[in-house]
Amino acid sequence: MAAQHGVLTKILAKSQGDLLDAWVKEQKGVLKVSSQGEAAEHSRKFIDGLRAAAEADQLGDINGGAWAQARQALTDISSDQALKGATPGETAMFVFSLKGPLFAALAKEAGKDTDAFAREVWASTVMLDKLGLYTMEVFQKSREEVIRRQQEELLELSTPVVQLWSGILALPLIGTLDSGRTQVVMESLLQEIVKREAEIAIIDITGVPTVDTMVAQHLLKTVSAARLMGADCIISGIRPQIAQTMVHLGVELNVVSKANMADAFALALRSTNRKVVDRTAKDKEAAAIKAAAASAAAGED
Amino acid sequence: MNVEKTLTFPVKIGEDVVRLRQVVRAEAIAIGLSLVDQTKVITAASEIARNTIDYGKGGDVTIEVVNTSGRRGVKVVFADNGPGIVDMEKALTDGYTTGGGLGLGLSGAKRLVNEFDVKSTVGHGTVVTLIRWKA
Repeated sequence: MAAQHGVLTKILAKSQGDLLDAWVKEQKGVLKVSSQGEAAEHSRKFIDGLRAAAEADQLGDINGGAWAQARQALTDISSDQALKGATPGETAMFVFSLKGPLFAALAKEAGKDTDAFAREVWASTVMLDKLGLYTMEVFQKSREEVIRRQQEELLELSTPVVQLWSGILALPLIGTLDSGRTQVVMESLLQEIVKREAEIAIIDITGVPTVDTMVAQHLLKTVSAARLMGADCIISGIRPQIAQTMVHLGVELNVVSKANMADAFALALRSTNRKVVDRTAKDKEAAAIKAAAASAAAGED
Repeated sequence: MNVEKTLTFPVKIGEDVVRLRQVVRAEAIAIGLSLVDQTKVITAASEIARNTIDYGKGGDVTIEVVNTSGRRGVKVVFADNGPGIVDMEKALTDGYTTGGGLGLGLSGAKRLVNEFDVKSTVGHGTVVTLIRWKA
């Protein structure tokens, strides 16, 4: 290994600073301006790590223990770039942009010994390519992490149980109702039913684009579970085209359903013996009675 | 019957069903199906795709825009290499299921489209074809 990277090791020992400066300069052309400051910092750490690896004579094996610092620097910049929304290409260029300055330094150091130069360039290319791939793997992992977190957030965000009135809950469903979602929805609904001592739960499916038999079955399961907890369910927001489709499909939801949430809420209020009254109408009525009484009194005089 | 456009992709996991629905919706809108007919063909496709995944162990779906004597339609073909359907008559009966569903998928999907065809060889797989024409 030492023979393969002899010159590189020498360069790192002798002119680490120069190499770093040349590299950072090179990066200006390939990285976004916003990440250049951090990139310079990561580059410094990476070159330090590279030197540590060279001193431990492990330049050939990037998975080796001496590479820990260099790998950490690459991991940091990759996840940094992934979070900033950089393209995979830009991220890989961080490593590949080291080739120019490094080869220049190798040429200078090797001098007339072309054999040594060719050998060193090849060894360094192999090493940098491996590092580039490593960067991509980390980048990919960070991206997947971002996506996974967003999915989880979406799952929680999209299943809120809201209280409309004491004893009346609403569950607005949005998107596709698969087994995973149904489980989350059912759990949060049942918990809220217990917590709020709810008598009625309105499940609104305005935001569900397709109701196939699987969605219908999941809905029915949720309704049955709510019934076992002592709450009646009303399904609202079945759009005309979905109603027609469900009829043709042969799905029967044996549940009270209403066209929209407002109707469902009105029904829920009625069945819990409550009423919404129009104040202005009531005030007018009261005023009319008062006026009539006043005029009757005036007539007696 | 002329094929104007063809699109093929695999259906293996639940997310593929979501993608399929979006593609079918886009094509249904493009040929001008009414909202009700769009919903019907999307639901039928969703239904069969679910069967392809649950019973056929995943397969491929082909979505085509077809026309014949000036009439346009959306055609969706599902092909899997699963165990096949043993008793076709039963499989097409409302409420019959071997997998714990409502048993309405195949029969229901048939009612939602204009043309419906199932070819199945036990041990080799199943091909389901459905077409919804623009009225």
